[in-house]
Amino acid sequence: MSIAIQANNLVKKYGEVVALDGLCLEVEQGTVFGLLGPNGAGKTTTVRVLTTLLNPDSGTAIVDGVDVLKDPVHAREIMGLSGQNASVDENLTGIENLIMLGRLFRLPKKEAVIRANDLLERFNLNDAAKRIVKTYSGGMRRRLDLAASLIAKPNILFLDEPTTGLDPRSRLMMWEVIQNLVNEGTTVLLTTQYLEEADQLAKKIAVIDKGKVIAQGSADELKTQVGGERIEVVVSLRQSQAAAQALQSMSSGKVVVEGDHVQVPVSGGGVKVVEAVRALDIAKIEIKEIQLRRPTLDDVFLSLTGHHAEEIKVEEDIAPKKGRR
Amino acid sequence: MNPRSITEQYASKHGKIYWLLHDSSVIAWRNLLRFKRNPEVLFFDVVQPIIFILLFAYVFGGAIDVGDSSYRSFLIPGIFVQTIAFAGASAAIGLNADMTSGIIDRFKSLPMNTTGVLLGQNFADLVRSVITLFIMSLTGFAIGWRISGGFTNAVIGYLLLLAFGFSMAWIGSTIGLSVSSPQVASTAGFAWLFPLTFLSNAFVPTETLPTWLRFFAEWNPITSIVAAARYLFGYPMQVAPDAPFSLQHPILTTVIWLVVINVIFMPLAAKKFRKATSR
Repeated sequence: MSIAIQANNLVKKYGEVVALDGLCLEVEQGTVFGLLGPNGAGKTTTVRVLTTLLNPDSGTAIVDGVDVLKDPVHAREIMGLSGQNASVDENLTGIENLIMLGRLFRLPKKEAVIRANDLLERFNLNDAAKRIVKTYSGGMRRRLDLAASLIAKPNILFLDEPTTGLDPRSRLMMWEVIQNLVNEGTTVLLTTQYLEEADQLAKKIAVIDKGKVIAQGSADELKTQVGGERIEVVVSLRQSQAAAQALQSMSSGKVVVEGDHVQVPVSGGGVKVVEAVRALDIAKIEIKEIQLRRPTLDDVFLSLTGHHAEEIKVEEDIAPKKGRR
Repeated sequence: MNPRSITEQYASKHGKIYWLLHDSSVIAWRNLLRFKRNPEVLFFDVVQPIIFILLFAYVFGGAIDVGDSSYRSFLIPGIFVQTIAFAGASAAIGLNADMTSGIIDRFKSLPMNTTGVLLGQNFADLVRSVITLFIMSLTGFAIGWRISGGFTNAVIGYLLLLAFGFSMAWIGSTIGLSVSSPQVASTAGFAWLFPLTFLSNAFVPTETLPTWLRFFAEWNPITSIVAAARYLFGYPMQVAPDAPFSLQHPILTTVIWLVVINVIFMPLAAKKFRKATSR
């Protein structure tokens, strides 16, 4: 196994706000690595440092054997980046964008044209090739942006929230594209706010919070930590503690009570709902609502940090915004 | 070892200067494509110069007395200069739009020399100036303006006008890189040009101005280049023997002005650009 991306002790501060707080990560060659975290956790800052767009206050970053901080120009030659806001020229057509970027990636003119046409076909954009990007849908823009990052056939690809804001169909399409790239041997580091997405694509996931990796492992390993699915029951406020007690024995982790909501981590799916209904019936507790759901990012956070993902969003939202300016 | 990307294969084939010029020309090509699609730009480049020439020639033509020569011959070089000066505003708006949109992040993540974004903008504006000058000359020709100073002088005249536009674009670049949004860039890019172009000899002889304005007008670079253009196109103005140096030697004064502007604003724009794109 060889390491394609290595970040060591990255620190970046904006005044009082710590965007990166000694972040470390290692990405195995030819795999997808998912950086999972809420808004403001430091995902975009990490990607910006690794792609030479931002200098950290301290730490090191090596991508495919190239020191990103010491030799940024060389680093830019060997990696592709597709950012959160599709950064293509809105006033050019799809093909003009790709030719322009191909030329800036140092491709000779002929090769840039051939490569542009190949990529448009591959990303299902050939019908729109001669339309101005302004008229593209969000999904089309993202695909064009991703195509742009692949022009030089880089071994390493960084994708910053590649599916945020996309409709479910475009999201599936994007997943398929990423999967195909990895099958061809590309190493991908992607950031996401969706556990499901990291689960689908990534071999290894790092959960980050406040600029630090707080948990790392395969999707399964993380889920075991979080406790797989959960049953959420709504009862009357008065009976919520009693309900928690009644359900504790069937739970695979700690039962959490928040007001009239009772959350029970379980493994086993639908059968467990029947079990829960029985247990509550025996305890003579009236059920207002009951549902089985898969763990969300918020659950991961709740179980790893003891606080909700949303709270952090408010506190730390400033950091990456500053970085983007 | 296999190359890690296509770029890695090609990047080492040429030196830094080659790639800077290469990147600048790619960006210039891209900016020209953008201009082509922008009706506002088309208006500024094509329609406005025609309107200006016709408007001034027919509306003010009879009302303003400029001595021996006809007002049209007097006026056309003035309009050339004013219109070319607006290249400065174009650079301000174009660069600011690039810096405030996501595209600059894309450029920064590329192995390109990002200074090409700055140079490319100014090269593209230079091409626009050529088109604008051509259209204005044709319009002038249609209403009776003739070049009568000889071929060589006319070529020097046009080159001087283009060099002037290029210099104004560097001032515009500095403005565009100093303000926060394209709207502000648009206002700031144009605001200084109106007093500058009108407080000159472009439309009226400076002798008609009150003394304090007259001093400003006589040393205004716009006045020098307008006087130089009039001379080179064959309609020299009568210059009083006690007129200041700038009017006695308009071509030399223009060249000095252009050098001064470029020496100040090229590095300034480059510095602002580097600051704006640094990590």
